[in-house]
Amino acid sequence: MEEQKHIFSMLVDNVPGVLSRIVGLFSGRGFNIDSLCVAETTDPAVSRITIVSKADAPIVEQIEKQLNKLVNVRKIRDLTGPSSVKREMALICVQAKAKHRAEILRIVDIFRCKVVDVGLEHYTIEVTGDEGKLKALLKLLKPMGIKKIARTGPIALFREPN
Amino acid sequence: MKLTGAQILLKTLAEEKVDTIFGYPGGAVIDIYDELEKTDIRHVLVRHEQGAVHAADGYARVSGRVGVCLVTSGPGATNTVTGIASAYMDSIPLVVITGQVPTHLIGNDAFQEVDIVGITRPCTKHNYLVTRTEDLAHVIKEAFHIARSGRPGPVLVDIPKDVANTTIEYKPPGPVNLRSYRPNYSPNMKQLQKVVKLIRKARRPLLFVGGGAILSKASPEVTELAHKIQAPVTATLMGLGAFPGTDPLWLGMIGMHGTYRANMAVDACDLMISVGVRFDDRVTGRIDTFAPRAKIVHIDIDPTSIRKNVQVAIPIVGDCRLTLNSLNQLVDEIDLGDLSSARKDWLSQIDTWKKTTPLAYKQTDVIKPQFVVEKLFELTGGDAIITTEVGQNQMWAAQFYHFNRPNRFVTSGGLGTMGFGLPAAIGAQIACPDDVVVDIAGDGSIQMNIQEMATAVQQKAPIKVVILNNSYLGMVRQWQELFYDKRYASTCMDCTPDFVKLAEAYGALGLRATKPDEVEAVLRKGLEAPTAVIMDFVVAKEECVYPMVPAGAPITEMLLV
Ligand SMILES: Cc1ncc(C[n+]2csc(CCOP(=O)(O)OP(=O)(O)O)c2C)c(N)n1
Ligand SMILES: [Mg+2]
Repeated sequence: MEEQKHIFSMLVDNVPGVLSRIVGLFSGRGFNIDSLCVAETTDPAVSRITIVSKADAPIVEQIEKQLNKLVNVRKIRDLTGPSSVKREMALICVQAKAKHRAEILRIVDIFRCKVVDVGLEHYTIEVTGDEGKLKALLKLLKPMGIKKIARTGPIALFREPN
Repeated sequence: MKLTGAQILLKTLAEEKVDTIFGYPGGAVIDIYDELEKTDIRHVLVRHEQGAVHAADGYARVSGRVGVCLVTSGPGATNTVTGIASAYMDSIPLVVITGQVPTHLIGNDAFQEVDIVGITRPCTKHNYLVTRTEDLAHVIKEAFHIARSGRPGPVLVDIPKDVANTTIEYKPPGPVNLRSYRPNYSPNMKQLQKVVKLIRKARRPLLFVGGGAILSKASPEVTELAHKIQAPVTATLMGLGAFPGTDPLWLGMIGMHGTYRANMAVDACDLMISVGVRFDDRVTGRIDTFAPRAKIVHIDIDPTSIRKNVQVAIPIVGDCRLTLNSLNQLVDEIDLGDLSSARKDWLSQIDTWKKTTPLAYKQTDVIKPQFVVEKLFELTGGDAIITTEVGQNQMWAAQFYHFNRPNRFVTSGGLGTMGFGLPAAIGAQIACPDDVVVDIAGDGSIQMNIQEMATAVQQKAPIKVVILNNSYLGMVRQWQELFYDKRYASTCMDCTPDFVKLAEAYGALGLRATKPDEVEAVLRKGLEAPTAVIMDFVVAKEECVYPMVPAGAPITEMLLV
């Protein structure tokens, strides 16, 4: 069966150990984690966790059911597909030799990102967008030499009906 | 009212109607023990913490109540892990209370500190570290609620020493209200209607029951349904007793050591109504050949069990008893019409399998282990509580003792834990003081928790240990005989204690039989004794359990006697 990227978004009790329960479930059952984001919601008793995992349909069903079974998981939703908005942030430290500096800034401008740190030999760029935008940006920056990168992995929310 | 954490704990346990705790003291729980001594709760002092958990497990399985353990931090806690994992695999409700080092020392590698919450996370239904005395009462209440509701399981509560001995103004905890935990008990009626349609059309229906049927007390409903629709019944190891073992519709156990007729019926049936099972690999054999002709209905309280291993036609999430109860009401007016002759053929086909290929063994002049179990069944009128160890002894117990009632067969099914049977028998005997409790044991397994004989004697629990002594780790030897050219690597135990003397050393009765004609007399004497007994049956060394489906083969490919 074909593996597909899935985005699971869940609301969990904000108590010690909850992340470890979730991560342990993935590792213990041999499910993959591609990326993971956690932070409090407006209710400090509740956190939202977003996990991206590659799996085929029966495994996706198991992951969802197993997560639901955890006592600290309140709600879970598979946010794969167009009915949700997804964003990811990355900090990219790119080599910036004199001959490339103008070109890099042009790319930053086109992609509507920001330079957040400058040095003699580098720019650090902050970018937010969907998977496609990050991919395109990285493709253009790669020839200059990417020194370091930190990505958050996607977060997602279901699109509210208009 | 001012109370210490320890007092709050015991007050809460009393409110949960706990009458027995299985445990072992130590520094981190000394305050709790000091209070426990002042209550009416019976404390069963085991000789190893693993024994405490298995005993609580046995207690829970026969009584249907939550089993409770109390142990100290560090090694006391780690010793419980095998017991907890066994209970988790078999969905047995337990609350395991562990002591912990004081909160200010947690994380410091303090003396006897271990992260037991971290260690047991994957083998408990849920667990807690209590960091404030104020939280203790409601955590304990939650723990009991989680342990016994939905799909039951063990819950661990880790209590630091300072949480136990701090005094606070006690406030009674409110009702348990967990937003994120609401098991679904009632079945979807539309799904049930579909089941009725399938039942109406089925030519070869089969009922397949597991531990979930016993846990939800669905035995009467299973029996009623089978009789109503005249479907033969098979069960997993964990489901034995959910349907009467002497009923004409009973097929015997399914799976690797299932009966010929049960496994053949699975292959031939066109409708399988499965109740409280999880399609474990020991049950299904090669999964893509399992029940190939059947539409499968799967009833289970745990959604994760459904479509985990097999695709099903009709999934139903719900309590087995409630679901079957509704189903029974719906199937009342089924008119079989033209199908009744197909159904007759089905039952007569099963009868033929039963006649041509029954469970069998060859009697010789050495004692056959199957014969001991058969005799035991006869002498106890099929009414004993049977616990088992793991290996051939366990399979012979399952095959040759026939259970007419649920909660009478206590075995480590999911984890297959050697050393389970003796402490589980003690727990079962304490829950049911008037019943005969027998541990059917192997000579290997019994040595894994033999120290609990002292517990049995101290507690005056007159349990009967029946050792099927083949001088081998028999089940492993059987695999070596059949699949490893008889290379018996490390399965022959050349040095085994004299179990009769060992029994006597513990202050129990020791008996031995070496010839078939001694078996009955030894069993009679042992069963009549008012004390704990070890009966050592010196049995055929290289007997195998048959039928046997080699691991990974289709369940129709059985090696037979
Ligand atoms: C704790 C543990 N260790 C190892 C095993 C693997 N194992 C399964 S059956 C068995 C042999 C058991 O020997 P014995 O108790 O003498 O029973 P028999 O099969 O001879 O009846 C072993 C070693 C196990 N199930 N549990
Ligand atoms: Mg043996």
